[in-house]
Amino acid sequence: MADDQDDIILADLDDEELVQQMFDDLYDGLREEIEESVNILLERGWQPYEILTKALVAGMTIVGQDFRDGILFVPEVLLAANAMKGGMAILKPLLVETGAPKQGKMVIGTVKGDIHDIGKNLVAMMMEGAGFEVIDLGINNAVDSYLDALESEKPDILGMSALLTTTMPYMKVVIDTLIEKGVRDDYIVLVGGAPLNEEFGRAIGADAYCRDAAVAVETAKSYVARKHNQAAMRA
Amino acid sequence: MDLPDDDRLTREGLALGEADAPATAAPDRLLLIACGALAREILDLIRRNGWDHMDLTCLPAILHNAPDRIPDAVEQAVQKHRATHRRIFVVYADCGTGGRLAATCARLGVQMVEGPHCYSFFEGNTRFAATAEEEFTAFYLTDFLVRQFDAFVWEPLGLDRHPQLRDTYFAHYTKLVYQAQTDDPALTAKAQECAARLGLAFERRFTGYGDLETALASA
Ligand code: B12
Repeated sequence: MADDQDDIILADLDDEELVQQMFDDLYDGLREEIEESVNILLERGWQPYEILTKALVAGMTIVGQDFRDGILFVPEVLLAANAMKGGMAILKPLLVETGAPKQGKMVIGTVKGDIHDIGKNLVAMMMEGAGFEVIDLGINNAVDSYLDALESEKPDILGMSALLTTTMPYMKVVIDTLIEKGVRDDYIVLVGGAPLNEEFGRAIGADAYCRDAAVAVETAKSYVARKHNQAAMRA
Repeated sequence: MDLPDDDRLTREGLALGEADAPATAAPDRLLLIACGALAREILDLIRRNGWDHMDLTCLPAILHNAPDRIPDAVEQAVQKHRATHRRIFVVYADCGTGGRLAATCARLGVQMVEGPHCYSFFEGNTRFAATAEEEFTAFYLTDFLVRQFDAFVWEPLGLDRHPQLRDTYFAHYTKLVYQAQTDDPALTAKAQECAARLGLAFERRFTGYGDLETALASA
């Protein structure tokens, strides 16, 4: 994949070949090549939303699958994410201008005491790629930090990430506080991180545990759709 | 007693009888199934305390970087050695298995070490929990991890191939804490060098074997 890189002139490829090449370049974490390809597709009249979903998100999905299957490892995922970020940076302002579809809004952060953020960042990026507005609270978030953001941002979804056995239980502290304040059901609560599992998600009262970013996107979409349906029924 | 080689402990572990007297079928002996990263420390404790009734076998230490595989690997080892050893103790903490290892051990009827990971039990679980809150920007290394820094940290994080990723990983970290199990100036120097490579401040903290010793004593 990487060897013939130098010989390829991206602008000479037809659309289909270029998208295929973007999959390869994302896989290899080549940020500049991704940025160049995004610009080429824009010049060819592609809609920003189309580039985002058909090239970037689709390419990153392959990376996610190979990470899950143990073919790719953390550094490769980080480089791929970094390349995708380069493409997203070009598309983001254009997406707003062109009124790309909006799925909903998410507040996401890593819980108190934990500074693992690679997985959380990946989820945030893929959610953005799927059309969600994402407010990223970063790492080490105490209850108040989540509550403040929920109040000011009024998101559909609250996402919490934890990678340490010692920090996982803090998710329950946050959810219990939401219950105490009587606002738990105002939000869809999604949780994730390598040491978690479905059972844990249920036990702490989250709506769902998501194994990876692709599952997070699918779960978020279906919960948001359900929430809107329920709202429509009540109305 | 031969001290096992670190590279082998990382990739292969330690076979039963390799580092101590070959074990014969001995229903009253206690078998320790441990992480390879604890082999030296456990052998040292066995020797110092005269725990002659203990045998040791280790799983590859590198499982550390793939914790989802630890519970199955431990289960296989327990099954494999059940025939020779009725009494088995698993020398792993939770190690990022999110409670799965504890569930496996409970199902198999074997005990394991308390605590979230070795950084915690070396320091003493109670003490570690008490300081965790203000020290969450610390990156810990044990004796073993200092010796195997490249195999456990540098290479798996891809820093050998992509040094620019260092600051993505460690942006929020402030210091490297070397939890020393032994007094070894050469290891301290190497730990200091690890901190420099990661761009972190350095602190050495002597822990000795902490809760590992008490856990084995009561096993
Ligand atoms: C990379 C890594 C680090 C990096 C973190 C860099 C960073 N900026 O994040 C470094 C090296 C700095 C590090 C530090 C530490 N780490 Co660390 N680390 C890992 C490692 C190897 C991979 C984690 C990772 O990034 N995976 C890649 C991403 C893409 O996957 P992910 O995080 O699982 O995320 C995916 C899903 O879980 C899900 N997801 C994640 N979050 C969310 C959130 C929502 C809302 C949803 C829906 C989904 C979702 O989607 C993501 C994308 O697909 C794991 C081992 C492992 N294999 O899991 C250990 C591991 C998590 N670390 C561990 C430990 C102990 C530590 C340290 C204490 C070690 C130390 N020596 O000091 C410190 C912690 C400091 C702290 N206070 O947080 C242990 C935890 C053990 C335990 N009992 O809890 C592990 C399991 C390793 C081990 N076996 O010991 N670590």
